[in-house]
Amino acid sequence: MTRKVVITGLGATTPIGGDVPTMWKNALKGVSGARTLEDDWVAKYELPVHFAARCSTPALDVLSRVEAKRMDPSTQFGVVASREAWADSGITEVDQDRLAVAFATGIGGVWTLLDAWDTLKEKGPRRVLPMTVPMLMPNGVAAAVSLDLGARAGAHTPVSACASGTEALHLGLDLIRSGKADVVMCGGAEAAIHPMPLAAFASMQALSRRNDDPQGASRPYDLGRDGFVMGEGAGALVLEAEEHALARGARIYGELAGTSVTADAYHITAPDPEGLGATRALKAAMFDGRIQAEDVVHVNAHATSTPVGDKPEYTALRAALGNHIDNVAVSATKSQMGHLLGASGAVEAVLTVLAVYERKAPVTINLENQDPDIPLDVVTSARDLPAGNIVALSNSFGFGGHNAVIAVRSV
Amino acid sequence: MASNEEILSGLAEIVNEETGLAPEAVELDKSFTEDLDIDSISMMTIVVNAEEKFGVRIPDEEVKNLKTVGDAVSFIAGAQA
Repeated sequence: MTRKVVITGLGATTPIGGDVPTMWKNALKGVSGARTLEDDWVAKYELPVHFAARCSTPALDVLSRVEAKRMDPSTQFGVVASREAWADSGITEVDQDRLAVAFATGIGGVWTLLDAWDTLKEKGPRRVLPMTVPMLMPNGVAAAVSLDLGARAGAHTPVSACASGTEALHLGLDLIRSGKADVVMCGGAEAAIHPMPLAAFASMQALSRRNDDPQGASRPYDLGRDGFVMGEGAGALVLEAEEHALARGARIYGELAGTSVTADAYHITAPDPEGLGATRALKAAMFDGRIQAEDVVHVNAHATSTPVGDKPEYTALRAALGNHIDNVAVSATKSQMGHLLGASGAVEAVLTVLAVYERKAPVTINLENQDPDIPLDVVTSARDLPAGNIVALSNSFGFGGHNAVIAVRSV
Repeated sequence: MASNEEILSGLAEIVNEETGLAPEAVELDKSFTEDLDIDSISMMTIVVNAEEKFGVRIPDEEVKNLKTVGDAVSFIAGAQA
């Protein structure tokens, strides 16, 4: 018999809230976390994009200066979110040999890497910090979370670009089902609002250039969408074997019923226009969770607001759910917080879990002229979800043709 | 040239910045590893910051000889002379 896995703790630090309660309140209200960047490097490097969605609470407001010194900004966000999730879970005692970490990132310590390169060029090798390597390595965040919690059943770092955070949950589910761990701290973290990644994403025409209206720039499904808005932050979820959670009388938000990961093998960055890889991922996650299309009431879509990305996801949703998709409340929360890259799947998983637990779907903002080729029932003002047994899905797709889907069931 | 007292207080600031230890805990007879719990990575950061602050060069092979705060103060004072 397959072990049932439940979610018992949530944490987040995002552009629309530095903790889960604030983020959730704003997600239901519909706010934008995007702002014009005041940094001098925007003009210095003549960046074509002048805005992004920074975390609303700087990590240094939460961590001590000395703690933060040894962490890349992405790791700082990850540790902030994981501490909130851990406290929220109420776990006071745990067998550390049965506690694992699956904490993802898309890019890793890009600030540390590029700062060290600048230091080398300007001041020479002696001034390159001795902590540079552990701070820039992509597993830095998983390692820091493992150290922080004393988690000894492995500290894993799934990396699949913007699908990374969702893939972390896929891995976490497997670790518990296969008996390798009883509790897993899952999540994703990213901090890439640095001129180089902004220039690189802009160079591939992936970013919105709506410089005169940052808050209106992330507009999934809207005819005027012209790219994503770079965000940053982290999300964290405590996964727990159901029997472990029940034994300690835990508050259970929902069941992580099914997950899946597929690869397009189509193009390094372009989505398969027919959404075949995404369709397979959706179907596989539903099969994994023994979910019928009719059980699904809500989808937190990947929906980044790029002209080419939003449509194939719709095609995949219709292929996987059939005409039942017309009855599903779809939220594109990147409209509010931008795209947190490797953290997006984790933050959206937190929102999906809360949607099931609170039975409310968060808001999609900036949808003024819905693309007629994407006739989804998009949630534009907070909407109640039905009573009874319900399931919500969350999709994430990443450069490289990565597709990852999770399914959360009410308990 | 900085006096030994100035070197000590400057070092204490650097140690505080790197580790959060109270500056007054940084005393001449304290061992960096045994008493102040400073690991080798923090030690290298402290060394490089001290080089910059006091305008001296502390060769890598010398760092292992700097067992106590007093050793470091003496080395820096000597290197400045």
